[in-house]
Amino acid sequence: MRNTFVDELLNIASHNNKIMLLTGDLGFGVMEKFQEQLPNQFLNCGVAEQNMTAIASGLAMSGMIPFTYSIGNFPTFRCLEHIRNDVAYHKLSVKIVSIGSGFSYGQLGMSHHATEDLSVMRSIPELSVYSPASKDEVKQITKNIIEKDGPAYLRLDKSVGITGINSQNFNFEKATSFMKGDEITVISIGAISEEVYDACNALKKESISCDFLSVHSLKPIDKDSILKSIKKTKKVITIEEHSIIGGLGSTISEICSEECIELLKFKRMGLKDEFSSVVGDQDFLRKYYEIDSKSIYNEIIKLIKN
Amino acid sequence: MKNKIQEIQNLALQIRKHALKMTHSGQSSHIGSILSCTDILATLYGGVLNFDPNNPKFNNRDRFILSKGHAGAGVYAALAESKFFSPNELNNHYKNGSIFSGHVSHKGVPGVELSTGSLGHGLGVGCGISYFAKINKKSFKTYVVMSDGELDEGSIWEAAMFAAHFKLDNLIAIIDCNKLQSLDTTKNTINLEPLEEKWKAFNWDVVKLDGHNISNLLSELLKARSSKKPLCLICDTIKGKGVSFMENQVLWHYKPPSKDDLDSALKEIEKK
Repeated sequence: MRNTFVDELLNIASHNNKIMLLTGDLGFGVMEKFQEQLPNQFLNCGVAEQNMTAIASGLAMSGMIPFTYSIGNFPTFRCLEHIRNDVAYHKLSVKIVSIGSGFSYGQLGMSHHATEDLSVMRSIPELSVYSPASKDEVKQITKNIIEKDGPAYLRLDKSVGITGINSQNFNFEKATSFMKGDEITVISIGAISEEVYDACNALKKESISCDFLSVHSLKPIDKDSILKSIKKTKKVITIEEHSIIGGLGSTISEICSEECIELLKFKRMGLKDEFSSVVGDQDFLRKYYEIDSKSIYNEIIKLIKN
Repeated sequence: MKNKIQEIQNLALQIRKHALKMTHSGQSSHIGSILSCTDILATLYGGVLNFDPNNPKFNNRDRFILSKGHAGAGVYAALAESKFFSPNELNNHYKNGSIFSGHVSHKGVPGVELSTGSLGHGLGVGCGISYFAKINKKSFKTYVVMSDGELDEGSIWEAAMFAAHFKLDNLIAIIDCNKLQSLDTTKNTINLEPLEEKWKAFNWDVVKLDGHNISNLLSELLKARSSKKPLCLICDTIKGKGVSFMENQVLWHYKPPSKDDLDSALKEIEKK
C-alpha cells in the first residue's frame, strides 16, 4: 500500500504545490522518486516525530497541506500531544500517515506493531480516521483527504489488502459492501479485510450468507449502512488487526447500544488486551492471535450455529 | 527612539496592571511568570512586530507565538492594549464561559496565532512557519517566547536542530530566563547551564541580555542581521519583576494575588 500511496500523492502533488511530504527519516525505497521529482515539496525532518508534527502544523497554518509519514506508532503515539494540541485543536490540514498497521512489521517486534492507534486517534476531536482495505481504496482516500479540509489520519498496511475486487462503487463517505447476505453482519477495517473476504467466501460455499462491510472510514463512520445491515441480521462480528478495545469493535458496539438494537450475537475479533510479543510475520501473527481467515470462519460458524 | 522606549515602558506598565487584576479577579496562577516576560512582550508589541488589529490575519504579518502559554494573560493584555479588542474584555479572564483561558488560546481571540499551554510546542510550530516563509521568500519574521524551565522538554531541542539545519534566519527564539520553574530553581531541577554554549553548539546565534532593559531588547530585536543562523535571545529576567514581594519567589508561580496583594502591587508598580 505504501508504494500506491506515494505514487498517488506524487501524482496529485505534481499539480498541487501546496502538498508537502514530510518524513521522519523513513521510507527507504519509496520516498526517493517524490524527493527527486518534487524536491521543494519534500522534507526529511529527521528522526524527530514531535518536531515533524509541529513543523507540519506551522506549514498548514501557512496554507500548505503537509503529510507526515512514518511507520507503526511513530507518527501517532510518539507525537500524540502535538497532534491533539497543534494539529487537531487548530483544525489544520495535516494528514498523518502511518505505514504498517497491525502486524505489518511482524518480526520487528512489539515496538513496530500498530495495535492501539485506531482507538487513540479516533478519540481526538476534529481528526478523521481512515484505513483502506485495498490499493484502490488507498488511491481514493488519498485523493479525498486532500480535498477535505482539516486533519486526517491514514492508516496503511504494508500488504496489499483485498485484491481482485472492483472498487468502482467506492464512496468516501460510505462503508464498502464486499458481499451481500442476511445471516450475519461481518464488519472489518483495513487490510485484514483480505482474511475476512476469504472467510466469507468459504462460508458462502457452505451456504452461509454473510453481509460483509468494510469500514475504510472509522471516523466519521457510515452509521446508516451499518445499522441497516445489523437490523436485518441481528448478528454482528467485527474483525480488526488492532486491540479489541476502542477500535472498530468498540465503535460498532457503541452504535448498537445507542440505537438500542436487540442483538442475538455480538463478537469482537482482534488483539485481546495484550501486547503482541511473539515473533513472526504478518500471516503467522494473524494466525497466532486468531484473526486469520480460518479463525474468522470458525467464529462465524459458532455464531450462526449456536 | 526615546519616545518609543517610553511608549513601550508605558505598555509594559499597562500589561502588568492588567495581568495583576486578571489573576486576582480570576484567582488564577502564573503572575510571576507573566511579570517576568512582560517587558519582552511590551517590546515586541510596542516596537517590533508588524501587525494590524483591523486585519489580524494579513499575509505578511509577523508571527508571534507564546510557547510558555501559562503567561497567556500577558499576551491578552498586550493584544487589548494594541487594539485587537477592548481592554474591558480582559475582565472575563478565567471566567466561566469566557474565551480567555489561563493558557493562551486562539479560539475567538484575534491576534493569537497558536494555542499553547503544554510546554515545548511553540518552537517547532515556529520552525514550520519560518520554513514556509523562507522557501516562499516571504519577508515576515517569526518570534517564539519560551520559558527557561520549558527547555527541559526534548521537543525544543528537536526544533533547535531543525532551525539551524535549514538556516532559518527569519526565526527568533526568546528565552525568558527567570531561573525559577514550577517547584524550584532551574539549577536545582535540571541544570540548564551552560545555556549560551548549548544554543551556540546547536548552531544558533546567541545574544545574552537583560530581559527588562527595553532599550537593549529593542535594539537587539531590530538589529539588521546578515547571519544565516536562527537567533536566540537569552533574556536574564526576574520572576515577578516589578512587584517586590513577588520577585524571585517560586510561590508566585501558582499563588493568585489576594485583594491586599493586588492593592500593594498596583501601588508599587504605579510609583515606579
